[in-house]
Amino acid sequence: MTGMPTLFSILVEPGFFTSQPVLIAAAIGAAAAIVSGVVGVFTVIRGQSFAGHSLADVSSAGGSAAFLFGINPLLGFLGMGALAATSMEMVRADHASERDLATGVVTGAGLGVAALFLYLDTTSSTTGAAVTIMFGSIFAIPASIVPLALVVGISALLAIGLLYRPLLLSSIDPDLAAVAGVPVRLMGLLHLIVVAMAVALSAITVGAILSTGLLIGPAAIALHLAKRPGLAILLAAAIGIATTWGGILVAYDSYEWTGGHGWPVSFCIVALIFLAYVIVAQPGLPYWRPLPRLSSTRTKRTE
Amino acid sequence: MTLSAVLARGEVLAVRQASVSLSGRSILENINFTLEAGELCGLIGANGSGKTTLLRTILGFLAPNVGDVSIEGGGHASVGYVPQKFMLDPFMPMRARDLVALGLDGNRWGVPFPSKERRRKVDEMLEALEATPFADQRIGSLSGGQQQRILIAHAMIRRPRLLLLDEPLANLDMRSVAGIVALLRRVSREFQTAVLLSAHDMNPLLSVMDRIVYLAHGRAVTGSTDAVVRTEVLSQLYGYHIDVVRVHGRVIVVAAEAEDDARVAVAHDPVHVAQVP
Amino acid sequence: MFDDFMVNTWIAATLVAGVAGVVGFFVVIRGTSFAAHALPLSAFPGAAAANLLGINPLIGLLAFSGLGVAGISQLARRGPRDVATALSLVMLLGLGALFLSRTTEYFQAVYALLFGEVLGVGSADLGPIVALSAVSVALIAVLFRPLLLNSVSSELGQARGVSARAMEAMFLAVVALATAMALPVVGALLVFSLMVGPASAARTLTDQPPTAMLLSAALSVATVWMSIALSFASDWPIGFFVGGLSALAYIGGRTWTRVKRSRH
Repeated sequence: MTGMPTLFSILVEPGFFTSQPVLIAAAIGAAAAIVSGVVGVFTVIRGQSFAGHSLADVSSAGGSAAFLFGINPLLGFLGMGALAATSMEMVRADHASERDLATGVVTGAGLGVAALFLYLDTTSSTTGAAVTIMFGSIFAIPASIVPLALVVGISALLAIGLLYRPLLLSSIDPDLAAVAGVPVRLMGLLHLIVVAMAVALSAITVGAILSTGLLIGPAAIALHLAKRPGLAILLAAAIGIATTWGGILVAYDSYEWTGGHGWPVSFCIVALIFLAYVIVAQPGLPYWRPLPRLSSTRTKRTE
Repeated sequence: MTLSAVLARGEVLAVRQASVSLSGRSILENINFTLEAGELCGLIGANGSGKTTLLRTILGFLAPNVGDVSIEGGGHASVGYVPQKFMLDPFMPMRARDLVALGLDGNRWGVPFPSKERRRKVDEMLEALEATPFADQRIGSLSGGQQQRILIAHAMIRRPRLLLLDEPLANLDMRSVAGIVALLRRVSREFQTAVLLSAHDMNPLLSVMDRIVYLAHGRAVTGSTDAVVRTEVLSQLYGYHIDVVRVHGRVIVVAAEAEDDARVAVAHDPVHVAQVP
Repeated sequence: MFDDFMVNTWIAATLVAGVAGVVGFFVVIRGTSFAAHALPLSAFPGAAAANLLGINPLIGLLAFSGLGVAGISQLARRGPRDVATALSLVMLLGLGALFLSRTTEYFQAVYALLFGEVLGVGSADLGPIVALSAVSVALIAVLFRPLLLNSVSSELGQARGVSARAMEAMFLAVVALATAMALPVVGALLVFSLMVGPASAARTLTDQPPTAMLLSAALSVATVWMSIALSFASDWPIGFFVGGLSALAYIGGRTWTRVKRSRH
């Protein structure tokens, strides 16, 4: 793994809180966690975890395209993500299962394109690229993307702030939203674009796996705990930060008990998120359910 | 469900002193009624009165905390069920006749072998329910009324002793409602099946009901329509003064708010809700 | 393209595609696209684990896809189904990251597992593929009626004594089996495309369930044949063609439906 040598050098000096790579990782991780958590609350409410995960997979195609065309990888991720998001929303779907099917088809096509780009990119080793894109490394972020990453992250949060009420209403009840004059389908598209932004940001910083985990996990946990969406959003961001920092700490400490190998950070964070969800989501407790119906396109039928 | 030996002769369904609680809340209290073969019974009550809970208890999805439910023949073979919500995927590759065929053997393992006997039974059932014209259409493209017929066919093809329908008239236009009501009357007589259907408006059923189970606040009054739908009976059931008004052959159930001293129409006939000073 | 050494490839790909089409029919009508995508992806760390332990990778694949099914089923009782699928998936992938950190010689195999190495099928591999194909198809045949009823309406099934929970668990198990078998051949990311694209077209072309299932298998096999041929001709990865053809199949099916509707 590309990040491994850096982790080793951390280990050499004890002192978690004074180690610079750890602090940078904590800062970047927290940023990814905040953006993912806030956006993720809407994703979970809308029952679009599949789309969130798919966008991470498909924007990796953009990542490989970026290597190929020599542009900023984050731009590649964003472009591909936006393209995929638009394709998913273009398909008219009345039920969540049809929407998921469309998501899946776009994912398959997008991954096919990723395979093609990986093949065409002869500058870096194909296999290494595949692993890096999939698993990523919180410590291997090129400095060049930091300014753009900040812009993307802040834009995503601003977008959520701007769209808050219409997006929330159309996510919870498309019929009510339509009656109130909210463009439901447009909201759907905008939501996916913002997810693409959040996912591009976190995929490039913490990897595709964590990107999905940070998008869905803290938000789902928060929605089990909080009934009010505003509170859920704050909680999701907080839980995201907590699990990220906790995971970094566990990964750091793991050197002690694994004889120098250490556990990868992505594993530690994901394990914490999973554990937290299992604890919070008790069977029998009521929880919020995504609507199976997406839009009020059906009128009452007559014989 | 207890042994069918407990049923009296001719009885298909007996609900005795059944009380059902969900998550600590009491939904149904001391429900008592019986149904005989060939009878059509309306389970009438406002939304939230416990109709669906009662149906699910009779089906065996829920167990009563107190009391019991007995069905002739006991078990899945003797009960047909038409559920309320039926979200159909418009792309589902299945024709109406396929769904009816699944009513025959949908619970058996394996792939159905096309047999003349199976086809004949399905055709017969479709014919009986006047569903042959749209038998080869995709189920996702059926209208509300057509869908109901197919679901009834699916439930009836095994000649159950008892047919349960959860709000079958809820989303239909008036013409379709009349059609389904007439159909259910015919089905109950022709196949000697006891039919129990829930509804929040009893008016379409007035002319065909042999019996009514009127549900309010988890308690029920049962008997013939004339005996049950009366001012004194319903007032006692609700616990406050109820007026039963008959206008142009329709029944309106009106409640009085003692505090406000105003009369507010309880929505038992949604079209006719009125504010009476 | 039809040389001796390619025979194994054609046989393996045909079997894998056929099973994917059969299973995919149910995946599409049940709307379990996410699980069908997540299970192969969850399975792939199992191969890494098996490699670490020095045992047959197929066992690792089966074990991990089994874990995936268990994770989804268990978590789906406590929360929304898509959240359950997403979190089980990332947990198992996280474990994959853990195993990979142990060894750096595995990168080549990772690529193969993700995108498939259909050209690397040896005669020895065919045996398990044939066996697992037969088992998968047999299971679907046995489950056909109750699963179909449950797929149309779990309430109707319940009223007939068909347990919704049992059907869901058994179906996911068959998906896990089919994907574990297909993974080494076409890769974790592609087996899903073979499942949903052809099936989504088949359901619009016919309205009878058994026909739709067989048509779905046929279209899936056709997809994979065309992809192998195109890949051979252009040297481009097979995944590109599978993904693209599946998308075309889906779009074709939707368009066909619209054309039919506008005719009436």
